[in-house]
Amino acid sequence: MAIIELQQLSKSYWVYQKREGVRASLRSLFRRDYRAVHAVRGIDLTVEQGEFVAFLGPNGAGKTTTLKLLSGVLTPTAGQARVMQHVPWKRENAYRRRFALVMGQKNQLWWDLPAQESFRLHQHIYRIDRAQFRQTLDELTVLLGVTKLLQQPVRELSLGERMKMELIAALLHSPEVLFLDEPTIGLDVVAQHNIQRFLKYYQQKRRITILLTSHYMKDVSALCKRVVIIADGRIHYDGSLSGIVDRFSGHKIVTLQLAEGQDPTHLDRFGSVVEVEPPKARLRVERRRVPAVMAALLNAYAVEDVAVEDPPLEEVIAEVFLQADDAAAAAATAALPAGPR
Amino acid sequence: MYRGDFALGTLMRFLPIVTQIFLWWAIFDTIGGAEPGNAAVAGYSFHNVVAYYLLSMVSRAFSSMPGLASGIALQIRNGEVKKYLVQPVDLLGFLLLTRVAHKLAYYSVAALPFALVFFLCQRFFVGPWPDGLQWTCFVLALLLSFLLGFFLEACIGLLGFWFLEVSSLLFVYMLFNFFLSGHMFPLDMVPQPWHAIVDLLPLKYLAYYPAAVLLGKVPRDHLVGGLLSQCVWVVVFIVLARVMFRRGVRRYAGYGG
Repeated sequence: MAIIELQQLSKSYWVYQKREGVRASLRSLFRRDYRAVHAVRGIDLTVEQGEFVAFLGPNGAGKTTTLKLLSGVLTPTAGQARVMQHVPWKRENAYRRRFALVMGQKNQLWWDLPAQESFRLHQHIYRIDRAQFRQTLDELTVLLGVTKLLQQPVRELSLGERMKMELIAALLHSPEVLFLDEPTIGLDVVAQHNIQRFLKYYQQKRRITILLTSHYMKDVSALCKRVVIIADGRIHYDGSLSGIVDRFSGHKIVTLQLAEGQDPTHLDRFGSVVEVEPPKARLRVERRRVPAVMAALLNAYAVEDVAVEDPPLEEVIAEVFLQADDAAAAAATAALPAGPR
Repeated sequence: MYRGDFALGTLMRFLPIVTQIFLWWAIFDTIGGAEPGNAAVAGYSFHNVVAYYLLSMVSRAFSSMPGLASGIALQIRNGEVKKYLVQPVDLLGFLLLTRVAHKLAYYSVAALPFALVFFLCQRFFVGPWPDGLQWTCFVLALLLSFLLGFFLEACIGLLGFWFLEVSSLLFVYMLFNFFLSGHMFPLDMVPQPWHAIVDLLPLKYLAYYPAAVLLGKVPRDHLVGGLLSQCVWVVVFIVLARVMFRRGVRRYAGYGG
């Protein structure tokens, strides 16, 4: 039985457009211009219990909107969703006790109070029994190494420490499903790594289901076996991280080390040149032409060393995003009414 | 943690009253002496006026909700209201409990300076000591004024779902509140036909009414009726706040937080 099921989920809303200048401001007092934003356009997705899924996508792709729909903050324009057999936007307490949403820096903690007090409040909001609460809190604080910081006002914590506290607050009621919106945004490498390690451990131990959005490929590669690429409100890819390269990149990167005295010019006969730094050169070669190009290269030059690699994941994903953007722009142009306006 | 703020805030509560008392002292001085029984404005002698201000201060201690409306509107604007959609907790119930806790904590400490001021000013309380019925109605009116103040301001804050910025609206409300609740002067001094209108509004329960009950300005056979109509207002604003919250959340969820 799937724990999360989305069918043709869509969300559009209208945003107010403000033009520049005093005249436009006056005009907007009487007539307002609105523009429709189609944040999510028909997403189908099924997630099984215990999966750790990453949403990748450029800013404004619809990742956060999807998480908001799943946590009941937004009502969709069309489509259906079930999370643990609940419809999220009905906001039943029975559902709300079983999941948690962590949104980057939006804190659920009380700014002026020590985190401990916010946790106590959560204990009562979620009706966690006292012994259970103590045990969970001890476990989480030890795992995240923040036991000594519980008595300190939240505003005096560092960004990384605060994020850890946010995670603790979200996990106190032992949610079965966790939505994480950019949990490591703005953190330094060490803090990122700590959070990753914690999430990995916790997810494996408790077998909870986690949906995560992030811009850091490190987060994704460390944590998630399954990746969903969302761009322009649609799903462009759903599969393993390594599968992205196979699917979207028709190229390989060939790195050559030429023998001394060889002139690395005219390499562009073989593929597009990425960089030349004699005696080294890097080429982008269409995948199906790689064997032929290799033979020709070895023929034409005295080569000391050679490597054929997949292009870096970030690059491939950036390319996917760009393609999605172009497609969206083309669709938007096509949708414009014909004739002078 | 905020000891300084507490001490200063409590002190400042009494300051406006002192200036108002001096103002009225000057008024009564010009129209015929500030001694009891001499001159009267709308049935209030100078001593009555001072007693009224002290008691209306007590009403306002219950009914005033500093930062409630603006706080709700701010939470809507910066998206913090999401917390109440995601977590199994009700915004209005949560804020109400927070207010109760705040008032209890604040006034359990501030009771001391309040008591001191009343002790020092006891000579201004002329006339017969209020009887049991008056005391009961006074206490009930105070409790109801707390609820009325809370839900009235909550409604204004919830307008934030539609307007995002409610501060100017809040300013207008505060202005009306200042004059029509009896904060500025006893409402018996409002001339007709305005008095009839003010009497119909719920604002009078926020400051004037409890004080008037204890000072014997409300006829005995009107005491229960007055409380009942205060109850009705409380219910009206509870229902209104509930409806506004439900609609507001629907709008918020529809338009994207």
